[in-house]
Amino acid sequence: MDWVFLSELAINGALTGLLYSLFAIGLVLIYKASSVPNLAQGGLTMVGAYVVLALARDVGLPLWLAIPLAAVVMFGLGFGIERVALRRLAGRPVVMILMLTLGLDIFLRGTTLAIWGGTSRSMELGVSYDPLFLGDIFISRIHLVGAGVALALFVAFMLFFRTRTGIKLRAIADDYMASWSVGIAVERGVGLSWALASVVAVAAGVIWGEIQGVDQALSLLLLKGLTVAVLGGLDSILGAVIAGIILGVVENVGADFLDPLVGGGSRELIVAAVLILTVMIRPHGLFGRHDIERV
Amino acid sequence: MFYRLSGVHHANYVSDSRIFKVPADRNLTAFIFLIGLAAPFIIPSLYLNSYMLPWLIWTAAALGLNLVTGWAGQLHLGYAAVMAVGAYSSIHAARFGVPWEFALIIGGLTSSVIGSLFAFAALRVKGLYLALTTLAMQFVMDWVLTHSPAISGGSHASLQSPTLALLGQEITTDTGFYYVAFGWCVLVTIFMLNLKRTGLGRALVAVREKDFAAAILGVNSFYYKILAFATSSFIAGVSGALLVATFFFLAAPEQFSVAVSIQVLAMVIVGGLGSIIGSYFGVALILLVPGIVNGLVVTLSDGLGTQIDVETLAHIPNAVYGALIVIILLIEPLGLGKLYGNIRDYLMVWPFDQFKK
Repeated sequence: MDWVFLSELAINGALTGLLYSLFAIGLVLIYKASSVPNLAQGGLTMVGAYVVLALARDVGLPLWLAIPLAAVVMFGLGFGIERVALRRLAGRPVVMILMLTLGLDIFLRGTTLAIWGGTSRSMELGVSYDPLFLGDIFISRIHLVGAGVALALFVAFMLFFRTRTGIKLRAIADDYMASWSVGIAVERGVGLSWALASVVAVAAGVIWGEIQGVDQALSLLLLKGLTVAVLGGLDSILGAVIAGIILGVVENVGADFLDPLVGGGSRELIVAAVLILTVMIRPHGLFGRHDIERV
Repeated sequence: MFYRLSGVHHANYVSDSRIFKVPADRNLTAFIFLIGLAAPFIIPSLYLNSYMLPWLIWTAAALGLNLVTGWAGQLHLGYAAVMAVGAYSSIHAARFGVPWEFALIIGGLTSSVIGSLFAFAALRVKGLYLALTTLAMQFVMDWVLTHSPAISGGSHASLQSPTLALLGQEITTDTGFYYVAFGWCVLVTIFMLNLKRTGLGRALVAVREKDFAAAILGVNSFYYKILAFATSSFIAGVSGALLVATFFFLAAPEQFSVAVSIQVLAMVIVGGLGSIIGSYFGVALILLVPGIVNGLVVTLSDGLGTQIDVETLAHIPNAVYGALIVIILLIEPLGLGKLYGNIRDYLMVWPFDQFKK
């Protein structure tokens, strides 16, 4: 057993895992506020990346300006989606809400590709591709940057949930009937959570777009993001971060052991297995609330 | 006026348990059945083969999913994987030399067995968590399919379907394929129409509404959930096999990917959960409208003298497909079947409007 190699796998896995967390934080924000599983987060991430590119390439803004502007645009888009679509289905059975978000996902993907085309584009953040060496361990710079962004967002949301607006969102997440009765605008809070999730989608879109190119594959992060969110407990941001690290390590190390046995491509399998096992053994995840209805 | 009734009023149990409680419904169904029989003679073979045939087979498949999602209330995001099991096992059986009649049944039964695995997830969790588990199982199935050359047919990952032959008759013409699809769709529809009238159907509805309330009434919800998954998987398996045998002629893993699972669920939900006529509408809308819209866009842009990018055109059907799901859900969350039902209820007593349901 080569420990250096194993720790390299683990560290890079953890960094990749934090990038999954970056994606999953968006899911968690929406689920926390409105108990809506947002299967359109993959589509939102893709739109976020394309909007950044549109502002940077087609309008010609520098990236440091294009990214915040894209965040503003996506903030509006998230708010709009909640206002136009989700609010009207509030209180309907979960199957319809799931279908609505799936429909949104397909619509966002189709529209984005119809406007900007399907060929893969590069983000060109300007992060060097030279590997970083930590002793003998090889680390990718962009993954490090992305992990930093994920942790920064985590800290920012932890602080945000201590502000007045953040406390309102927590109240809504806890019990929206009670929030209504004390005069909190629940609809606006839920809309805000969608808007924030869309902003998170921009961050995820930029980082993942830099790693794997801006194309349709960005929306395929959904399965991994969902697994991270479920493992973390669906309504816990801390859970999403920790579950991301766990999934990243398990996936990277596990794939190294399994790939030679099954002939490659075992990552998907590991992710799906983690999702199935989590739901079977501990549906409320590591840090989720325990009120999930079991049969 | 149209229905010559003033609402549905039953005087005895026999009339209450009829399939068609309104004579006009029966007549309409008979009329549509006759049109279906005559379709090869009135519809050009191109349309017959590329629109009618997939529509009928997908409707049969959607009705199977409707059984488990609409009747038994269990979310299922891995339906395409179950269809794949049926398709691959019956084609392998047919290639092995088993007559097609038995190959189809073998496909259905294999699907039932594998599909019941999904039921074990349903025994532990429900709602969103069931949806996520079935989604993950779909990914596992996809993975197994693409990574085992023995199943998916070697390096090109495609499997040629042998010529379909039923009752000793080789089927090679478009008309023949159409009648096979039509026959299967009619069979499934008759089964579903009768389901409501049987104890099984009522037990499934009881499980859907509240499983522990059903248990109090003496309905074994575990048993009925497994039965629902097994039955719907059987329909899925045979539909998948027929889809390959009469439409694709070549089985490939992409035909049963997760996007297809989502598509079938979209058909069922857009059509209306638990609605049979709705499934027909839902499949037609999801399967056919995006292509039609794309055709319209092309004609319109030609008419205006503008050129639309090829890539844009390639993605418009997808955007339309997503938009259709969203719009229908916003207009009528209960689906097209409910819209049809509203119109029917209105016409039932037209020109009066005292009929409240």
